[in-house]
Amino acid sequence: MPAEKTFIITDHCFHCGEDIKADDYKLNDMKFCCLGCKTVYGILSKHNLQNYYTYNKVPGRTQQNSKTNLDYLNVKEIAAKLVDYQDGNISIITLYIPAIHCSSCIWLLEHLYQLQPAIVKSRIDFLKKQVTITFNNQEASLKEVAEVLVSIGYEPLISQQDVVKEKQKNNTERKLITKIAVAGFCFGNVMLLSFPEYFGLGYFDKEFKDFFGWLNLAFSIPIILYSGAGYFSSAWNNLKAKRLNLDFPLALGIAVMFIRTAYEIVLRTGAGFADTLCGLVFFLLIGKWMQQRTFQHISFERDYRSYFPVAVTTLKNGSEISVPLSELTTGDRIIVRSMEIIPADAILLKGEALIDFSFVTGESRPLKKVLGEVIYAGGRQLSGVLELEVIKPVSQSYLTQLWNNEAFVKPKTGIKTFSDTASKYFSIALLILAFGAAVFWMFSDPPKALASFTAVLIIACPCALALSSPFTLAAVISIFDKNGFYLKNNAVIEEMARTDTFVFDKTGTITNPDAAGMTFIGYITDEQRQLVSDLTRNSSHPLSRELTKYLKRPALWPTDNYAEKIGRGISGKINGNDVKLGSSTFLDLPLNNSPEKTATHVMINGQYLGHFIIRQHWRKGLGTVFQKLGKKYVLHLLSGDQPHDKYDLITFFNSGDKMLFEQSPQQKLDYVKNLQNSGRKTVMFGDGLNDSGALKQSNLGIAVTDNINNFTPGCDAVLDGRSFEKIPQFIRQAKDAVKVIHMSFAVSLAYNTAGLFFAVQGVLSPLIAAVLMPLSTVTIIVFTTTAVRCYARKNKLL
Amino acid sequence: MNMIFILIGCSVVLAMVFLAAFFWAVRSGQHDDTYTPSVRILFDDELLDPEPEKGDQDHF
Repeated sequence: MPAEKTFIITDHCFHCGEDIKADDYKLNDMKFCCLGCKTVYGILSKHNLQNYYTYNKVPGRTQQNSKTNLDYLNVKEIAAKLVDYQDGNISIITLYIPAIHCSSCIWLLEHLYQLQPAIVKSRIDFLKKQVTITFNNQEASLKEVAEVLVSIGYEPLISQQDVVKEKQKNNTERKLITKIAVAGFCFGNVMLLSFPEYFGLGYFDKEFKDFFGWLNLAFSIPIILYSGAGYFSSAWNNLKAKRLNLDFPLALGIAVMFIRTAYEIVLRTGAGFADTLCGLVFFLLIGKWMQQRTFQHISFERDYRSYFPVAVTTLKNGSEISVPLSELTTGDRIIVRSMEIIPADAILLKGEALIDFSFVTGESRPLKKVLGEVIYAGGRQLSGVLELEVIKPVSQSYLTQLWNNEAFVKPKTGIKTFSDTASKYFSIALLILAFGAAVFWMFSDPPKALASFTAVLIIACPCALALSSPFTLAAVISIFDKNGFYLKNNAVIEEMARTDTFVFDKTGTITNPDAAGMTFIGYITDEQRQLVSDLTRNSSHPLSRELTKYLKRPALWPTDNYAEKIGRGISGKINGNDVKLGSSTFLDLPLNNSPEKTATHVMINGQYLGHFIIRQHWRKGLGTVFQKLGKKYVLHLLSGDQPHDKYDLITFFNSGDKMLFEQSPQQKLDYVKNLQNSGRKTVMFGDGLNDSGALKQSNLGIAVTDNINNFTPGCDAVLDGRSFEKIPQFIRQAKDAVKVIHMSFAVSLAYNTAGLFFAVQGVLSPLIAAVLMPLSTVTIIVFTTTAVRCYARKNKLL
Repeated sequence: MNMIFILIGCSVVLAMVFLAAFFWAVRSGQHDDTYTPSVRILFDDELLDPEPEKGDQDHF
């Protein structure tokens, strides 16, 4: 039954798993979605690397939209900045490859030497999505190495960020780990040496007591000088800036503990608090490490320049030369190819310019520019090759001006976290209590005054308090992370819980850029659809590609007399039929026939059939998201686009005055500013550079993106487009997280109060301190993580 | 009981050796990437002749 068998074969690309659309690309009985995937498979099978496909099903990524120009890697200055190490023979380079996602990737990328013999070794860091390649620079250039990666579908993302790559990050993490190791080492030894003291040393020689005491003191010295040193400098810096945060009581507690320990041991009056001291620093550092780890894998350090190419092709004396972007000067002739970004404001000299300015203005429809017109930086060229003359160097161009706007530069100081506020009052209360106890005993029992003063500072040392916020927020962040919502820092969560106004951008934010919807108005038969599909296949215009995708027909007839008028339409003779496709003027239709929306008209053999309407698809769950949010918050819409969709959306925004269309980036920014001035805490959802000003201005800027590795600088959080429908749950979870922080503060304060009960009386024994401190810390860690997970389950985020 | 001084001295020295070993491990980058090696070790050695495909034989 052959018929049945054809049903079993699924039409997915063997390489990337995409649905196979129109054409059939086949090799060795495998089907592929595009030529790119087929080529990658071909290269891999030729080099005996099919194992790639055995570790995972469909490990590849679609190759449908790729091809970049890597010529700039031949420029010496750029190459020199990119490599980690270079000598006469060997170069080592670390490249960031966003496509790394599974074990097959690791396997393949570590077998690069089979593809390019000049590569000696390649090593993957999976979590950082980096590959470190060691290659022989006599046998292959950097460009050739990068081309190997591109040829198998792992295109490295090389941006200015890599050029100014900072290696410090790694060092700080290593430093913290060594600090923790020292603290743990001292903590363990001190605990061991303190046990005899806990159980009573009565019958032991006094000698041992002194010996253990001195050892404890010796072990606390590295704690003070090395592991805990950061707390002193941080507290000092904060005091200088007239801020009181938790580092102050922590540093005070650490200092007092050490001094009292030294005093007691030297004068042989007691055992001191070395155990509490070491434990405290150890736990604090672990908390800090937790916090660092949470942010490790998303780097928010990218600046706007990463949108721009690293190098530009310039035309000098008739030959094409790659030049680093920073060396571009006024008057340079530059070449911009299809799908490249215009790097600087320039005058169009040659070529058909069809520029997509959606980065800058938000308008998704490409603009046509004529010769002699100025094209601003940031646009993406969609049709053929352009020749331009630079009129402003990069640093002065429009986008940079936008970025250098005050609002963009100004750091956000507005976000105040609960723990900041609470710790201020906590520090003040602590000092009052300590001095109060001292003054009280000064009059009734002077020797106890100093003891109670130091005891208060020791027992109230807010270890649990300092950990409750980072642990709660780290737990929330990792839950958000799993759901495709990435935060810049902890404070974002608290800010999220406070917001009352939501501002949405339209294009790319609430619409799904990958799924534009098509409808045909008119009547068209299946055979005619086939003809249209055969015609659109010839064109690389985005509309034609959308149409080909929408029609889902296999290629059947060849096209004769194909003609394309850029920006107007295409025509050709297919199987004896004259097929014309395009705007109403292209088909000589009467003007009143043209509908409002972007329409592509169809005419076959002189007969008008109707038109395709392209309509953007809303993101999944948009309606429910708006409904849920609209109940509690005020919603606004700011769009750079024309108001085509106003009436589709008006139900969600109650009235038209909360929906603004044709807004420039500056207008968006001003609108958000006005909202804030009227006391609104705004959260802005946007997508690209065109609203990044507004993103930065708003209390909380969230970039919605379908490619996490390519997001907007200046935002506070990145939301994966697929998780758009979860926004109400995220808000709920943020509010619950704040609740958990409040509760854990209450718990740790309860511990503190219990300890203070002994401390103010001046009878705090080292044993009580040594038990209370770790007990409260562990309680807080367990409580916060479980509470957050419970809430997450309730909010259906786990 | 003087033995205790020696024992404690030994244990501290021993612990320091381990601490030093840990420092060495951190410095040589063994803690920089803790995930990838766990995947890498599961890969088979180079296969020269891949197994013949078992396919539709049992169906028809």
